[in-house]
Amino acid sequence: MYKIAVVGAYDSIYGFAALGLDTFPVSDPQKGEEILHRLASGKYAVIYVTEALAAEIPHAIERYREQTLPAVIQIPGVAGNTGAGVAGVKKSVEQAVGSDILFGEQ
Amino acid sequence: MASKQVNPTRMELGRQKKKLATATKGHKLLKDKRDELMRQFLELVRENMALRQRVEEGIRSANTNFVVAKAAMSEETLHTALMAPKQEVYLDVDNKNVMSVDIPVFDYKTRTADENDIYSYGFAFTSSDLDDAVKSLADILPDMLRLAETEKACQLMASEIEKTRRRVNALEHVIIPEAQANIKYITMKLDENERSTQIRLMKVKDMMLEDAHHYKEKQAAYAAEEA
Repeated sequence: MYKIAVVGAYDSIYGFAALGLDTFPVSDPQKGEEILHRLASGKYAVIYVTEALAAEIPHAIERYREQTLPAVIQIPGVAGNTGAGVAGVKKSVEQAVGSDILFGEQ
Repeated sequence: MASKQVNPTRMELGRQKKKLATATKGHKLLKDKRDELMRQFLELVRENMALRQRVEEGIRSANTNFVVAKAAMSEETLHTALMAPKQEVYLDVDNKNVMSVDIPVFDYKTRTADENDIYSYGFAFTSSDLDDAVKSLADILPDMLRLAETEKACQLMASEIEKTRRRVNALEHVIIPEAQANIKYITMKLDENERSTQIRLMKVKDMMLEDAHHYKEKQAAYAAEEA
């Protein structure tokens, strides 16, 4: 039985606690990376990371990209959407097709 | 063309022909795999993008609701309200095999039977804005899980497509032409050897006949008689 985690700044993620997801508020990226690795090797199948935190630890996010589990998914934080999540999808297209033929105009 | 020297023998020829046959078959299969993966990937990635836009929009509005809720009550009350969650979400992970790519499939379960049992606080000291905020977040949770599933699937498939594409290209542009060039080289060399053996035998035969019948001497004698 797996669980779902949410990692990011407290203001961006406290709401998810009400839904029954495990929230891990972090303020400094170093700590965030540690927590991410710990969660990934634990019982978490899906880890939502705020875009703001993900931008600070790109290599840690990249590490889990090609593993089946966990799914590390970026979500926008309270400060607004940085477009990093959409960029991740575009990156997949680029990797598969060679160039972004689907969402280039967006 | 042949980057590596091969022995021009029949055994090596057989080996190269076998290699070419395997490479051609593998190339065809991998190309089919790539095409099918690509078709499924493009379908999935469109869904991925749509889900992502929906989830990001949902989170944005939920965050706005939370800010409003926070404005209406003290921070301590808010923290206390959300401190001990009532609900818990568990995931069942299953694997789906798509063209030899293992894709996780998530099935979520809530601890209490009622999925909407999400308000972990009494309604006396919190504002109704908080209820709205929690509700708006709960509404996008299924989409968020679906997003996690498709996004992971897209990432895994993208890397598999990349690998398959490289293999297809390597077979098409390196392995197959190399085997063909080798086969051509060996066939030419063997033909050449056969011709030279044939000529040598003819020559030897001529020499043996000459030894036995002395044609040249007889011919010379005949010429002298004529003159």
